[in-house]
Amino acid sequence: MTKEQQALYKYTLSLGDNALIQSYRLSEWCSHAPILEEDLALTNFALDMTGRAQMLLTYAAQVDGNGKTDDDLAYRRKERDFYNHLIMELPNGDFAFTMARLLLTSAYEFYFFTELKHSDDKTLAGIAAKTVKEVKYHMAHATDWVLRLGDGTTESHNRIQDAVNELWQYTGELFETNSADALLRDKNIAVDLLSVKDEWKNYVSKVLSEATLSKPTDGYMHSGSNNGMHTEYLGHILSEMQYLQRAYPEATW
Amino acid sequence: MLILSVIPDPEIPAVNISEMGMLRDVLITDKGYEIIITPTYSGCPAMGMIEMDIKATLESSGVNPVTVKLVQHPAWTTDWMSDEAKEKLSKYGIAPPLHSSCKAGEFLHNVIECPRCKSKNTVQLSRFGSTACKSLYKCENCKEPFEYFKCH
Repeated sequence: MTKEQQALYKYTLSLGDNALIQSYRLSEWCSHAPILEEDLALTNFALDMTGRAQMLLTYAAQVDGNGKTDDDLAYRRKERDFYNHLIMELPNGDFAFTMARLLLTSAYEFYFFTELKHSDDKTLAGIAAKTVKEVKYHMAHATDWVLRLGDGTTESHNRIQDAVNELWQYTGELFETNSADALLRDKNIAVDLLSVKDEWKNYVSKVLSEATLSKPTDGYMHSGSNNGMHTEYLGHILSEMQYLQRAYPEATW
Repeated sequence: MLILSVIPDPEIPAVNISEMGMLRDVLITDKGYEIIITPTYSGCPAMGMIEMDIKATLESSGVNPVTVKLVQHPAWTTDWMSDEAKEKLSKYGIAPPLHSSCKAGEFLHNVIECPRCKSKNTVQLSRFGSTACKSLYKCENCKEPFEYFKCH
């Protein structure tokens, strides 16, 4: 692989991992959501993300060129080879925590993929165009809930504020760049995260203030996923998600 | 193309894959026939089924070897659905997507016409439905629930 291919492989992989791990977390709500319509909504989002993960991991495998499949990448990679952002793997917490996270991540994805639509890599641009159409539903849904919970009862207000405070320290990582990103940006493949950050901040600040919530100040920010360093939670996700392929390698339907 | 037009959408058998705009092209190469399709929704589980249907239909008509290729760019949009497909959806009981609303950004609060009695007095019951492409509505006039194919 050339340096550019290596960079593209990791870039695509990290986008795929974000979708895969987020999808896993939302799927955990299946049959546990507060109302039936919410169960449908969260599992619909999870399905969108699984589809996105599948497209991205298929493409990553193609870039890698070793004859691997999307399934190989999802089920046979070790924790340290996953590059999803830490915020995606945190446990769901209560409903407010899940909605606060969905607001932060879906707004990020909306602005990120809106930029990626203009990538010179046509496969990434196509996946981005598709993702934007889906993510705007996720973002609108999360926004509605954050407004409703923030501007609701004292209990709901406190819970969503606690969730936002807790999650804030994981948002810095969303905008970190590395040398591989720089290489791809020069080729007009990767997204410029600085402009994404401005748009994301504007949108999130607007929703929080409308929801009568206070925006936490930027303090210590967790980091590590770029080097495959994760919270303890990713290992637990993988031990469940990869169980079958680990216990019975080559098992098929 | 004509042979493939009989393949129904596995989730909505009233329309076929050509009318839905999923079937993009057929390439005839030295190695056989390559069918280009574009997925509708990222997580649509019907895509695997469609691929199998394409192969089976063509092979039973003596067309082979066949490969099916998924192409992501340009991304599928409900704008590619033919008017005929929308008419069929409506008859089938699914309100077809409103084109303009996708562009206006007011994609969540549309006035959707009841596919049965054509009343515009309808309410959204659930933003998300039985498949990734639909939401649930109820007609206040004829009291029937119905599905709406979301703009995409």
